[in-house]
Amino acid sequence: MVQTPERAATVTRLVSDIRVTVNGEEKRVPEGTTVAALVLSMNLRGPVAVERNREIVVRAEHPTTTLSEGDELEVVSFVGGG
Amino acid sequence: MNAATSPDSSLNDNDALVIGGRTFASRLFVGTGKYASVDETRNALRASGASVVTVAVRRVDFKERGAASLFGMLLEEKFDLLPNTAGCYTADDAIRTARLGRELSGSDMVKLEVIGDQKTLFPDVVGLLEATKVLVKEGFFVLPYTNDDPITAKKLVDLGCPAVMPLGAPIGSGLGIRNPYNLRILMESVSVPVIVDAGVGTASDAAIAMELGADGVLMNTAIAAAKDPVRMAFAMRLAVDAGRLAHRAGRMEKRLYANASSPLQGTIGSSRGHDALGIE
Repeated sequence: MVQTPERAATVTRLVSDIRVTVNGEEKRVPEGTTVAALVLSMNLRGPVAVERNREIVVRAEHPTTTLSEGDELEVVSFVGGG
Repeated sequence: MNAATSPDSSLNDNDALVIGGRTFASRLFVGTGKYASVDETRNALRASGASVVTVAVRRVDFKERGAASLFGMLLEEKFDLLPNTAGCYTADDAIRTARLGRELSGSDMVKLEVIGDQKTLFPDVVGLLEATKVLVKEGFFVLPYTNDDPITAKKLVDLGCPAVMPLGAPIGSGLGIRNPYNLRILMESVSVPVIVDAGVGTASDAAIAMELGADGVLMNTAIAAAKDPVRMAFAMRLAVDAGRLAHRAGRMEKRLYANASSPLQGTIGSSRGHDALGIE
């Protein structure tokens, strides 16, 4: 589905979801979702680091950082590498 | 036990690697990529004797759980994690990746890579210098993956890198030390430790790097892609130690012609005139 800004705005009003981009993929999350809640919803094992709009959100601030419409998030962890 | 199987370990004492005032337990740094399993990684890392291991920062795969267990194993084994910025083609991406790595590792160490080209994975030294400047200012302990270029190495040191990590050959190529002369010039050009990073293919390559005067070697594929990675990890550990000891011992001068080790005189059947013992 093509997401025009107009359509997105409509959806936002109707279900009070906001649109965020997580690791390059668009996601809808309830308004008021925190970084901690988002990470929890991903069912991940092990620690992650989060960048929001190109700024690191330190782990201590995950529970208090609320997502906003249009946020771009990177959720990363360590993998094997040289 | 004789000396061959039980070398006097005191010969290798008081020779810890110190970078920027920090002491490292091993001169061998190893990567964690390309292994068949987390268990194989663990066994190879243990066999290598390395204390510092590199890791890559990647987006979490929402379906894949393997990555987390690698991270867990590395923490369990108490390795010092050295996040890299592999796969970053701009200074900006490398800076962001370094910050994410620090958030994950809780350490200020970063193996800074700004890659110039997918085929060679050679460093983009302009981007590397740019990223170094920013990250040093942010308090990072920047260990830069760089070319075997003494001029760039000097610039990296001037910007505040506590060590430089020139390549021996392209990443993952296993070609060995392609330009020992440049590496030697580089080592003589900078006052900080030099870690040869990338290019090692087998144990003798690691020994050569150390004999040249490198302060350490960083490798991944040479171990992970060996038929028996755990055995190769141990071979690398021995090679790094052997090369280091040989460097400290100071090798003999090379000469074009032979110089007999056994006395030339007194061989049986010598003509009397040449009798070494002078018995007429």
